[in-house]
Amino acid sequence: MIKSKLLNSLTRTLRGIGSRMTERVWRLGAGARLFFLTLVYSGESFKRFHLTLREIYFTGVMSLLIIVVSAFFVGMVLALQGYNTLQKYGSSEAIGVLVALSLVRELGPVVTALLFAGRAGTAITAEIGLMKTTEQLSAMEMMAVNPIARVIAPRFWAGVISMPILATLFSMVGILGGYIVAVPLIGVDDGAFWSQMQANVDFRLDIVNGLIKSIVFGVACTMIALFEGFDAPPTAEGVSRATTRTVVISSLTVLALDFVLTSFMLVI
Amino acid sequence: MDRTTIDLWVGIFVALGVAALLGLAMKVGNLTSSKIGPTYSVSAAFENVGSLKPNAPVKSAGVVVGRVDSIVFDAKKYEALVTIKIDKRYAFPKDTFANIYTAGLLGEQYVGLEAGGEDDALKNGDKISQTQDAIVLEKMISQFLFSKASESKSDNKDADTASKSADTKPTGAKSTELGDAPF
Repeated sequence: MIKSKLLNSLTRTLRGIGSRMTERVWRLGAGARLFFLTLVYSGESFKRFHLTLREIYFTGVMSLLIIVVSAFFVGMVLALQGYNTLQKYGSSEAIGVLVALSLVRELGPVVTALLFAGRAGTAITAEIGLMKTTEQLSAMEMMAVNPIARVIAPRFWAGVISMPILATLFSMVGILGGYIVAVPLIGVDDGAFWSQMQANVDFRLDIVNGLIKSIVFGVACTMIALFEGFDAPPTAEGVSRATTRTVVISSLTVLALDFVLTSFMLVI
Repeated sequence: MDRTTIDLWVGIFVALGVAALLGLAMKVGNLTSSKIGPTYSVSAAFENVGSLKPNAPVKSAGVVVGRVDSIVFDAKKYEALVTIKIDKRYAFPKDTFANIYTAGLLGEQYVGLEAGGEDDALKNGDKISQTQDAIVLEKMISQFLFSKASESKSDNKDADTASKSADTKPTGAKSTELGDAPF
């Protein structure tokens, strides 16, 4: 008796693990399929480019404020904290290098992607989820309009185009913020700040690698947001859950991808 | 939202992005500073290059005149063969001296060229024969410490013999202000 009960509970647990695993794999496959279809049907979003432009406006231009303001503060904090430690070693002139390298290599792409997931990714998920809930996507299919070509692809390319622009702006504004704290406020030498930076930041190895990172994050964040919206259960609760999942999965993916990309880029 | 307004804003957005990239490339990165024109390459053998790396600057009188192209190990002579590329605008005499210096105490290492007095100029593929190795800080410190240690050891010996002689000295012996008399 007891033995069969134990066996039953064991099978139930295993079944639970199995079903969760299968669901994950299924969703991964569905996401990959959507990604593939988006690439196949993305000709439309370039032929009728005003669709993509509209989405760049909503994802990119509307994110400008949060990106610029947070970049400014991140740069200022970096300069303050960096100066605090560097002056102990008598090398406070290296503050420019510290701020520029940490922004261009890491913080620019990563923080931009995290903010993008919160600001634009959620909007995309909620919009598409609601379109699905109100059966606008089905209506498009009824009218022989492919919703992937008309709705998904323009948003995808808008995200992929916006992300590197936002990340570059983030780095530049952050460096300006660091400059404002380091040079006029703390009194680090102006020339040393820029010349040390120029001597140590490489265009190909630092700036272009940062750009590559941000493009990869753009693809990942936008695709996750689109898939969560497209896959959301057509209820109010379903859309809200999908929106939450977008932020969580995007953030984790960005951080994990950042480690993978960095380990490929840093040649030791 | 009006389509022209959207176009305008997206235009501003993209222009800002391009401006930021240009700013990063010109003001932050080394795109402007690493430009040298057409070059000729010259090689030099060093017994020790320290931490010299490819793409390190080659300076003469403190001005960057070229870059280190490659560093390979010569397995026959057990030397490092450094190939440097010098800007074609600058000609150096054949007996130019190549040193490896360090910028600052802990800074990066670079090749310094000191022009000699000969009339013939170095050509593409020539080899600089007079070189001076990189200074390895640990070696210098250990040499310094060893010399200090041996100095203090000999001092101790002198002191020992002096005290011994003072002990064994007969009680009635003369001792002056300047120390024991040699006899």
